[in-house]
Amino acid sequence: MLAWTVYISFLGVAVLMLLDPAHKRAARMIGLVTALVGFVIALAGTLQYQAGSGVLTICRVPWIPSLGIAYHLAADGISLTLVILTGIAAVAGILFSWNVEHRVKEFFAFYLALIGGVYGVFLSFDLLLLFVFYELAIIPKYFLIAIWGSTNKEYGAMKLALYSFVGSAMVLIGLVAAFVVAGANTMSLFELAKYPFPESFQYWAFPLVFVGFAVLAGLWPFHTWAPTGHVAAPTAASMLLAGVVMKLGAYGALRVAMTLFPLGLKAWQNEVGLLAVIGIIYGAMVALVQKDFKFVIGYSSVSHMGFVLLGLVTLNEIGLSGAVLQMFSHGIIAGLLFGVVGRMVYDRTHTRELAVLQGMSLSSAIPFAAVTFAIASVASMGLPGFSGFVAELQVLIGAWHAFPTLAVLAGFGILVGVAYTLRALQQAFFSEHVPAVEPRTHPLEAISIPERFGAVILIGTSLLIGLYPRLLLDLIVPSFSSPLFEGLRKGGLF
Amino acid sequence: MNSVPYFEVLKLAAPETIVVLAALVVLAVDLLVMRAEPVRYRLAVGAAFTCLGCLAAVFWMFNIDQHGNAMQGMLVVDPLTRLVKQALLVLTVFTAVISLESNFTEHVGEYFALVLLATVGMMFMISSEDILMIFVSLELTSLSLYILAAFAKQSLNSAEAALKYFLFGSMAAAFTLFGLSLLYGLSGATNLSQIAAALKGQALDPLLVAALVMTVIGFGFKVAAVPFHLWAPDAYQGAPTPSAAFIASGSKLASFFLFAKVMMLGFAGAEGSGSWGSLVPGWVPVLAVLAAFSMVLGNLTAIVQSNVKRLLAYSAVAHAGYALLGVLAGNQQGISSLLYYVVTYALTTLGAFGVVAVVENATGDARLTDFAGLGRRAPLVSFCMMIFMLSLAGIPPLAGFFGKFYLFATAVGSTAQSLGLVWLITLAIAMSAVSLYYYLQVLKQIYVVEAPVDAQMIRAPLPSKIALSLLALAVVVLGCAPNLLVGKLVAAIKIAGL
Repeated sequence: MLAWTVYISFLGVAVLMLLDPAHKRAARMIGLVTALVGFVIALAGTLQYQAGSGVLTICRVPWIPSLGIAYHLAADGISLTLVILTGIAAVAGILFSWNVEHRVKEFFAFYLALIGGVYGVFLSFDLLLLFVFYELAIIPKYFLIAIWGSTNKEYGAMKLALYSFVGSAMVLIGLVAAFVVAGANTMSLFELAKYPFPESFQYWAFPLVFVGFAVLAGLWPFHTWAPTGHVAAPTAASMLLAGVVMKLGAYGALRVAMTLFPLGLKAWQNEVGLLAVIGIIYGAMVALVQKDFKFVIGYSSVSHMGFVLLGLVTLNEIGLSGAVLQMFSHGIIAGLLFGVVGRMVYDRTHTRELAVLQGMSLSSAIPFAAVTFAIASVASMGLPGFSGFVAELQVLIGAWHAFPTLAVLAGFGILVGVAYTLRALQQAFFSEHVPAVEPRTHPLEAISIPERFGAVILIGTSLLIGLYPRLLLDLIVPSFSSPLFEGLRKGGLF
Repeated sequence: MNSVPYFEVLKLAAPETIVVLAALVVLAVDLLVMRAEPVRYRLAVGAAFTCLGCLAAVFWMFNIDQHGNAMQGMLVVDPLTRLVKQALLVLTVFTAVISLESNFTEHVGEYFALVLLATVGMMFMISSEDILMIFVSLELTSLSLYILAAFAKQSLNSAEAALKYFLFGSMAAAFTLFGLSLLYGLSGATNLSQIAAALKGQALDPLLVAALVMTVIGFGFKVAAVPFHLWAPDAYQGAPTPSAAFIASGSKLASFFLFAKVMMLGFAGAEGSGSWGSLVPGWVPVLAVLAAFSMVLGNLTAIVQSNVKRLLAYSAVAHAGYALLGVLAGNQQGISSLLYYVVTYALTTLGAFGVVAVVENATGDARLTDFAGLGRRAPLVSFCMMIFMLSLAGIPPLAGFFGKFYLFATAVGSTAQSLGLVWLITLAIAMSAVSLYYYLQVLKQIYVVEAPVDAQMIRAPLPSKIALSLLALAVVVLGCAPNLLVGKLVAAIKIAGL
């Protein structure tokens, strides 16, 4: 049934393509309904799934028999967590882009195509299939940013597309080499994960595939696409970029690079950990001095994704499950932050300069936005009660076991995180600054119903997971005992 | 060899005969009956007969299951050559359809007759394993294509294109002929397998190296591999668009198949090794270097092009570099991946030229800026162009992606022990990442940039629309279900026993 998350999204694309461009309302409704149905299917599939039952195959048919490639969709707890995240982010993104007026049907068509690709990646257990969906997601991103974006949009779009494509090219080299070396004429993740690749091969194949995927997860120093891409993107696209697309990278790094090349991982563990921590601190520091509101959030994404990558290389259960939980949590919180900045603030004030926003006393003009952003900031800073706290705490504990120095440094990153979040919150909404410009004659448009719904969904999810993390942890933790992670466990890595 | 079994040969060469007859019929009908009619009408009739002839040949091959080898490899008919010929004829049909709207000539009959004659040449190229026959069929193809490139008589560019194509081509033909004659001198045989058998066990003597290099030069020209590619950009840009499309698609397919056959059969035993750090002289390292240069130069030069036809020319150079990987692999999988790649590439590039033809008819030129806002002005055609461009860039699930994957996996797999060709594959994949940039430039013009204020809707003619949609559909279907073609190729190659 879960496979229908993919099909329904592409069905939505097909319906939208046939629609008359004049029917803007219908286009929005089709987008929303498709995303909602996708979410419901994801949820129902997850409820059906019994935690701890390993990898559940949804559908497996031979696709290219002469190369041993199968159309193999399956799910385990990790995939399900991310599939649900995708469902929520998709619905919220559409609610936050209800005001798109320019080429509406194309907007939602590209949007749904991106969503479909993302669902596909999370559910693929054949490497070629996974790669197909992974690359499928690049093109809609380009168009979403290049057509509907702002600030330097063509540059941001092209940069994002090329970074993603170069990353996936690295992955492809690794996959082709692994396919040939294993010599088993199969691309099945299960089969290849069982194959003991020679250590010398893993030594160069692991960094190639891991970094190839991690480019999309914002690994420093390959993160530079992220801030420019996020800033250039229209609201919904930046919500998706930060919310789910960056997770594609982290997921690929975990699902492919780490399970296939455990020995390579062992060899490179410290280096990757160091890069992750540099990302955490660097992203936070840079966010601290940004003048553009959206750049603050853009760099904060780099910082928070650093926690995901750090969690992955801790190689203990608590760190790994923390990393997956952080993927979910950051997806929700970053979506919310971008929603507020892009839709609630920028679409109304037409500026993102913090200095200008200071003079607008936004907390009284659009109180809902101010409150939402305040809550999102609290969640983003990692205060208890929100999902970010549980996730980052687990990652830090895991990191403490693996590399204590890095854990301390990452903790420092959290402190800087508090600083930049509060700075942005204060400057944008709660400035005491006396307005230098004359008072606005036109009051800002009130926060619309779809926006309210979107914000409530995201805040609610973050709270729910923050208060009762077992909802997801019960899915995630048992997944690490599936045969896929055999290689990692056998190496005594956790 | 004393008595030639003419009837047998005629039976084996029935598809070729049908196409020749079609060429004569087209010529006769146009010159005798239709002379006074308007050009549009004559084009329609000419194209109809061309398609009819090609489809008849395709159906003949479908229904009449003939195998045979006439006169020691002069004409080889097996499931593989049949499959490749069918693909070629389909490409000719599409070429004829995109020629329908052309306004570059009044010599309609001659035009279609030449297209068909070039097709016959290519069919013989596919079928022959004898160096005499190979040379004759190469010349038949080339001469027809030179004239097709020059067909826009009023256009200086077309004349320049044809002249360049002709001068380079005849030079390359001289090299090929010299190379083949050395090969005959060395072995005393004209059949490829016999040549290889005669040369077996010998060390790589200088004469054989000379023969090898000269043959490679000749074929390098045909497939437009660096450094023998210089004619391609000018020929593609200057020649009438349908002619350029045919040069880029049908001719590529036949040349690559023949190239692989000559290398694998004729120079069997002189492979050498192209592994990094342990080069052994032979044809593999030579082709590896050609492939590397083609990929790098083609892709990097394509970035700065402002004319879509030139861009497609440089992209063709780059794709020739990728396709050479299939020849390099030098095994059955290699041929299968090469053919899958070249067939899908030919379909895609033919489609892209079809779109260029539509735009050219509407705006008068094919600069990148002429595509501005095309997404609004011709939605269907633009959508097809998106599929073609993305497939050329290798985005899944389109045919271009699987083609590349298959080629890369096969090329690396041919040196599975040492992974010696990984350096080349790494280069190829890196370069295909570069290529996304310029293909996206075209799509950016189409979908992101707004059309000029005075721009009107572009009404593409119905046959073009149908042809482009079919080509786009083929690219999607072959990409999603590659087994449709790969399965057939693998089976056919097994029977052919290459």
